[in-house]
Amino acid sequence: MFELLGIPPQAFFGQLLLGLINGAFYALLSLGLAVIFGLLNVINFTHGAQYMMGAFGAWMLLNWFGIPFWVSLVVVPLLVGAFGVVLERVFLKHLYHLDHLYGLLLTFGLALIIEGLYRQQFGSSGQPFVNPIPGGTNLGFMFLPHYRAFIVVFSLVVCLATWYMIERTKLGSYLRAATERPDLVQAFGINVPRMITLTYGFGVALAALAGVLAAPAYQVSPLMGSNLIIIVFAVVVIGGMGSIMGSILTGFGLGIIEGLTKVFYPEASSIVIFVIMVIVLMIKPAGLFGKQK
Amino acid sequence: MNASATGTAPASSPSVTAAPHVESGNRGLLLFLGFVALMAVAPFVGGYPVFLMKVLCFALFACAFNLLIGYVGLLSFGHAMFFGMSAYVSAHVVKVLGWNPEFGILAGAAVAAVLGLVVGLIAIRRQGIYFAMVTLALSQMVFFFCLQAPFTGGEDGIQSVPRRALFGLIDTKNDLTMFYVVLAIFVIGFAIIYRTIHSPFGQVLKAIRENEPRAISLGYQVDRYKLVAFVLSATLAGVAGGTKSLVFQLASLTDVAWQMSGEVVLMTLVGGMGTVFGPVVGAAVIIGMQNYLSGLGEWVLVVQGAIFVLTVMLFRRGIVGEIAARLVRKA
Repeated sequence: MFELLGIPPQAFFGQLLLGLINGAFYALLSLGLAVIFGLLNVINFTHGAQYMMGAFGAWMLLNWFGIPFWVSLVVVPLLVGAFGVVLERVFLKHLYHLDHLYGLLLTFGLALIIEGLYRQQFGSSGQPFVNPIPGGTNLGFMFLPHYRAFIVVFSLVVCLATWYMIERTKLGSYLRAATERPDLVQAFGINVPRMITLTYGFGVALAALAGVLAAPAYQVSPLMGSNLIIIVFAVVVIGGMGSIMGSILTGFGLGIIEGLTKVFYPEASSIVIFVIMVIVLMIKPAGLFGKQK
Repeated sequence: MNASATGTAPASSPSVTAAPHVESGNRGLLLFLGFVALMAVAPFVGGYPVFLMKVLCFALFACAFNLLIGYVGLLSFGHAMFFGMSAYVSAHVVKVLGWNPEFGILAGAAVAAVLGLVVGLIAIRRQGIYFAMVTLALSQMVFFFCLQAPFTGGEDGIQSVPRRALFGLIDTKNDLTMFYVVLAIFVIGFAIIYRTIHSPFGQVLKAIRENEPRAISLGYQVDRYKLVAFVLSATLAGVAGGTKSLVFQLASLTDVAWQMSGEVVLMTLVGGMGTVFGPVVGAAVIIGMQNYLSGLGEWVLVVQGAIFVLTVMLFRRGIVGEIAARLVRKA
């Protein structure tokens, strides 16, 4: 079948896997954006920069202190998440009573600062990162590098765990309730401001986790976040931010579509997600999983 | 209908632009005439024409952007697509097809207007934060188009665009002559925006900004008003971009990248969103800052980010907005 289309199966499945990996990052990042937006009503423009901080965090720990990747996978999201908590306490919490656009403008400014500092320190070129699980398996129809398989499986687990936590646990029910009616939840004696702070920290930690995962797969570069975040915004518009599972499905789905576009029509691969966004806006402006408020 | 169908901000949330309306009266016009007079003599008192032209181009760009955020309440995070696309078109028709500069700028503006119509039709389907994300994504699409399209010259851009004679008569190779041409273009563009804001049409735009559901219930076809404002804003951003490419004889990917969209947001924010004259002040401040810090490499980015953060945290009304508010308090 593939020979008929003039595409060798190696290339087809190779691109499909790359698409899945991109989709994993889209899912992790749009999930974080959705969780933050749900409670804070802020579109976190700093998300890309925090993703980049995650990748550089792992790189710095490895190259400066010899701390292995697997430790970074746990430690770096915690550190960057703590940084997010500080940002929320110092800046964001003063803006909740204003138009949501100010949150966007503030986080955009923060993203510029962070990206500028990293570019000043590391330049614009990428830094290589040692693959923590070298090698791969030949599946017959394609070669599967172990680390790439790990990215897909691990991010899927993280996404589903987040979904479970928000949709199925008591903590998650507080969170969902506070998204709907923060004043009522506060009246029931739950510390909503602290929950908002921790939620922001959690969303940021997810971005950093994606960054750590991305470090061995892509080059670690100060520009990696800003290039990605605009695509993730389009993913968020397509999915709508109403549903956690929606964000996960849209992220992976669009990654796969992008990968397939690289096989069949490479010229369009950089814009296919934006084209899909336009189509979705035409048909269902609230997004595929968006709630009609 | 869109307002109720999409996750819009509640009508009671404070408006983006709580700027007092004193400045919209005669004071704004006087300020503007003073500015033009100052600009007209600036080259003779030590002003560097190329720098002044850059300020004027970006001031027009920021004014066009402000028409949307300040008077309709729509934050476009993709205005670079109109600025940059028009820069490419103007540079192309002047350099390759040999058109006169006035037709070059008009061609750029026309393309920006069509692009604005298409983007407006898509983006206006969402409000608030989503509008910002949609325009950003669409402008990134235009960026990739410009990166790959054959006529834009890829990474090199379109360089050494000739400065042909305006109307076939006025030689624009001289920076001083070109400066007065740019000043005239700026005045015309500003006058169009000023007239729009103070027309009945502008009043409806403000009504939409303040309370969209009420404007709908009064029978206004809100989406149509938004679309007209969007196309007008895109066209004027195109005029600014086309002029800029002829002044600097260069159209490049910088003009169409998302950082440029961010810069015009910053200029307008610093000067004062929703004030007539704020974007001009903001453009002068930011361009001046970039000029001053140009040797510092990536620190410019850090400083711009810091200005964003400081403005949002401490003086949201911007320079002109804060001054106007002080004057009101005294009066």
